[in-house]
Amino acid sequence: MSKITLNINTSPHVVKGLSTDMIMKQVIYALLPAAAFGVYTFGTGALLVLLTSTAAAIGTEHYLCKWSKKPSTISDYSAAMTGLLLGMTLPPSFPLWMAAVGSFISIALGKFIFGGLGNNVFNPALVGRAFLQAAFPVAITTWTDVFAPGRFTGVPSSIFALPFMRPSVDAVSGATPLSSFKFDHMTTPVYDLFVGFCSGSIGETSAIFLILGGIYLAWKKMLNWRIPASILLIVLLFSSIMYTVDSKTYPSPVFTLFAGGLILGAVFMATDMVSSPITPAGVWVYGAIIGFLVVLIRYWAGLPEGVMYAILIANAISPHIDALIRPRVYGTQIKSGTS
Amino acid sequence: MNPTDHSNSSDQGFFGKFAGTQATNEFLKGLWRDNPVFVQVLGMCPTLAVSNSAINALSMGLATTFVVTMSNMLISLLRNFIPKQVRIASYVLIIATFVTIIDYAIQAISIDIHKSLGAFIALIVVNCVILGRAEAFASKNPVGYSILDGLGMGLGFTFALFCIGSVREILGSGSLLGFNFMPEAFEKWVIMVLPAGGFFTLAMWLLIFNGYKLKKASHE
Repeated sequence: MSKITLNINTSPHVVKGLSTDMIMKQVIYALLPAAAFGVYTFGTGALLVLLTSTAAAIGTEHYLCKWSKKPSTISDYSAAMTGLLLGMTLPPSFPLWMAAVGSFISIALGKFIFGGLGNNVFNPALVGRAFLQAAFPVAITTWTDVFAPGRFTGVPSSIFALPFMRPSVDAVSGATPLSSFKFDHMTTPVYDLFVGFCSGSIGETSAIFLILGGIYLAWKKMLNWRIPASILLIVLLFSSIMYTVDSKTYPSPVFTLFAGGLILGAVFMATDMVSSPITPAGVWVYGAIIGFLVVLIRYWAGLPEGVMYAILIANAISPHIDALIRPRVYGTQIKSGTS
Repeated sequence: MNPTDHSNSSDQGFFGKFAGTQATNEFLKGLWRDNPVFVQVLGMCPTLAVSNSAINALSMGLATTFVVTMSNMLISLLRNFIPKQVRIASYVLIIATFVTIIDYAIQAISIDIHKSLGAFIALIVVNCVILGRAEAFASKNPVGYSILDGLGMGLGFTFALFCIGSVREILGSGSLLGFNFMPEAFEKWVIMVLPAGGFFTLAMWLLIFNGYKLKKASHE
């Protein structure tokens, strides 16, 4: 007679569920098509930037964990995700040493100093991006053209600038759709914006791949679809109003929607689970604030792009949104007269 | 290492009952153990605002040292004559006197430094390190200790400002004390001379100092 073993353990009995590393891995998978498209349009340089930022983020996480005598947390893939996301917001010819600095800042100042994943106030990748924007304003606004000849055989010389040295400026440099609209008042065809045939940061150009990645994550229930929905809705609404008021000065709503990093920010950055509100109503408010700020910064501020600052500001507000907007506790009564 | 209780040291004479160890202790505590910036986190306004270059940090620190030492001395001398009710006003008046002196002195020494420090020289009056030392130390202790305390605190403040200022200047301008030692192609970290860089650098130094202290404490 075979021995029957009886397993006795406490609940929960269903053990396969969402874990951090699973979600992070799925997010990375969802980012990859857009990143791959960026590499295809911008060439080897873009690939090197992505690899460097990811590797530097993982390395920083590993060594900081070792330094503080904690078990290394690189296996939850959050550092890889942050590094990849940061790399996707950088220009394709960005010097590698600067990308590494940005990754270090992202992980060290954006996440680790607050106590690691789950305690960060701001989206780590955007902290690194904001630091780079303030530290190296020239390098981060030097763009390369799409489909530059020989983009797979050679890399822009600025990529291999020596650490702490100024990159040499390449002859070929393009303008992003947003900056060419802001400074020269030139619009880019919507089809190019949608597919990604325009210059810009490595991973922000292709709206279609980003949206597909977002839909995949939303389908897997790893992304709160309300956040991108409310951001894009408010942007569409606000820019439509402005376009109706004065179609000469302000770009068309579709242009505003697909140009620049709005889709990347709305789908992959604003939805960061740690730094966004948790209640459904709060999430709508959070998205609305981001959408409003994006249009505000893009149309009236000195910068052509405002997604980064909009999300960072909303990250700072999100604990207050959670504190102000609370769902009714189940079983309690709303005071009579107000219901 | 408990902070010594100063209030019972004898009230008479230059040092009261002179004790060499206490004298060195009063001087050294401001430099390290009770460093006004890294430990007490006081005087953040000048710390963040004028630490964008090493020379600014140094001159600001020395000016503060002068003011805190002299005001500590005078307040300690007058500690038995100032009525309790109007002591803060009296302290501010005394501090303001020395700030005016140092203001004119800096103008006479270097008009460039005076320009780059700007309003922050006048704002030494409200630097809480100085009023803090007057209230917490000079008003209760003999003159000798008060001078040493002021000197230690001032030099500790200078040291902290210099730490922050040198990092910000090296990364932000590629130089130290105005001396350019980086190669021509050095990429300047613009953020380091902006206010945000001050916060980053201060936080970094706080991290280093506290980490070092924790390590030391765990070894003891």
